[in-house]
Amino acid sequence: MAKRKVAVIGAGMTKFMHRALETPKELAWLAARSALAASELKLKQIDCVVLGSAPDAFDGVHMKSEYLADGCGAWRKPFLRCYVGGGTGVYAVAQAWFQVASGMFDTALVVCEEKMSTCQPHPQAAFLTIFDPITEQPLKPNLLWIFALEQTRYMETYGITVEQIARVSVKNKRNALNHPAAQLGAKLTVKEVLASEIMAWPVHRLMVSPTSDGAAAIVIAAEEVARRVTDKPIWIQGVGWCLDSAYWTNRDLAYPEYVEKAAWMAYRMAGVKEPRKQINIAEPYDPFAYKELHHLEGLQLAPKGQAPKLLADGVFERNGDLPVTPSGGLLGVGNPIAAAGMMKICELYWQLRGEAAKRQVPGKPERGVAQAWGDLMQVGTVVVMGTKKPE
Amino acid sequence: MIQKFAGTPLDKQKSHGKIFTTSYEPKLSYRWDSGEAIGRYLEELKQGRLIARRCDGCQRVMIPPRMFCERCFRPTDDWVYVNDTGRILTFSLCYVSWDVRRLKQPEIPAVIAIDGASPDMGILHLIKKVPPKQVRVGMAVRAVWRAPSKRRGSVTDIAYWEPVKQTEEPR
Repeated sequence: MAKRKVAVIGAGMTKFMHRALETPKELAWLAARSALAASELKLKQIDCVVLGSAPDAFDGVHMKSEYLADGCGAWRKPFLRCYVGGGTGVYAVAQAWFQVASGMFDTALVVCEEKMSTCQPHPQAAFLTIFDPITEQPLKPNLLWIFALEQTRYMETYGITVEQIARVSVKNKRNALNHPAAQLGAKLTVKEVLASEIMAWPVHRLMVSPTSDGAAAIVIAAEEVARRVTDKPIWIQGVGWCLDSAYWTNRDLAYPEYVEKAAWMAYRMAGVKEPRKQINIAEPYDPFAYKELHHLEGLQLAPKGQAPKLLADGVFERNGDLPVTPSGGLLGVGNPIAAAGMMKICELYWQLRGEAAKRQVPGKPERGVAQAWGDLMQVGTVVVMGTKKPE
Repeated sequence: MIQKFAGTPLDKQKSHGKIFTTSYEPKLSYRWDSGEAIGRYLEELKQGRLIARRCDGCQRVMIPPRMFCERCFRPTDDWVYVNDTGRILTFSLCYVSWDVRRLKQPEIPAVIAIDGASPDMGILHLIKKVPPKQVRVGMAVRAVWRAPSKRRGSVTDIAYWEPVKQTEEPR
């Protein structure tokens, strides 16, 4: 069956905040409205709605999709919620792509929302239930553990230092200073990052993304509609996703193979054979500083263990050879889980259209990749977007 | 192009007591059934032993044990006792509890590769009785069991893992 070509025709988001006055439904509405306005479509021209949102436990509202439906513009429309932990924001785009590529619908509104501040005293406690109830929960694990354990393994395997990893925080928080929706933009030095509190060695406080409230959304459309409403459609050239085993203590944590598999799925679809040459801009998932480097390797944008060196050489700066996380990422813009992945999709959309204002990377980028990650260090979700219609 | 992003950030201090909120403490309780593999695993823990399952398809000796091999997607074949010693694959010194209280002495979670299981087949547990700064990847460790009367068929029947002293023969 021939797949139809699909393009992003509008993007929008709310500010990302530590705590928002707005309800989850209102945040979803603000992002959805702003994406719709950018696409110049009316809600009645939207054929279906896809929602991405993380565990119900954060909001304390069971079946959050039903609760959020109104804010997503899903009233009396075909509606789908998808969820793969932190990987959700990029996964939602892949799921929406199906709806349109298949020929089922001509347009889709994709909304990702998270309000983490609701959960008391801290949303961290809600994460306990992601661990196996019998073999892991009795040890009272927290989310920092798995990140710190993975970072140690990554550093140990390739001889990487904490200083090298701290540079990611410096770069991303600095990039976020130019993002008007950012929660945590800052001008920092490597020394300051390393002087911040050790949360779970080797993870320092300034290497961890914040908890956030916020929402982000895009509108996608089949070629025929996209051509009619904009002269600058940004094509979804490839989508990919992959889940590894939940037996995370049985795997080598130094390299995210599932990200590699997801990336090649998306690259093959996009006709990308040499990612390092054919990708102009990358928005890998950066909930923790080392994760950006880890993911760049999984995305085939750096050889194994070499991402820290490329970062130190300036390759990943906004004006570098391969700008990485020009948005400011989760470390700088904020991390309302599903909405954070979608923020990366929005960033690619704005960058590829040349509309990223102070964040604009030079050289008219033609193709970018966004990636998110989640669950028990086991899911990779990837979307390749570009200015050229895929073949 | 979006000129102004929507949303109303609340300042922690200024908004305190000024925003209407409501709160609710869920009272949820669960009873998780162990299943066959983990049931035997817990029973053996109570006896002070670690047990794994072997898959004849991929020849892996897997811990925690499972009744089906997720790679071969076939039933696993046999029970295999493994040692209560291992080496640290990775670890952290964690200064934050699960409910975000700050800790003066760090907890040391680790993934421990179990001797007798397939290479790099690890379980999550805690390291104690060692100065935090001396913990290393690759360090040999052994399980310290609770007294038999205190065991209840739980992963916490192993109180913690400690370094094997260099003068000792591995068990």
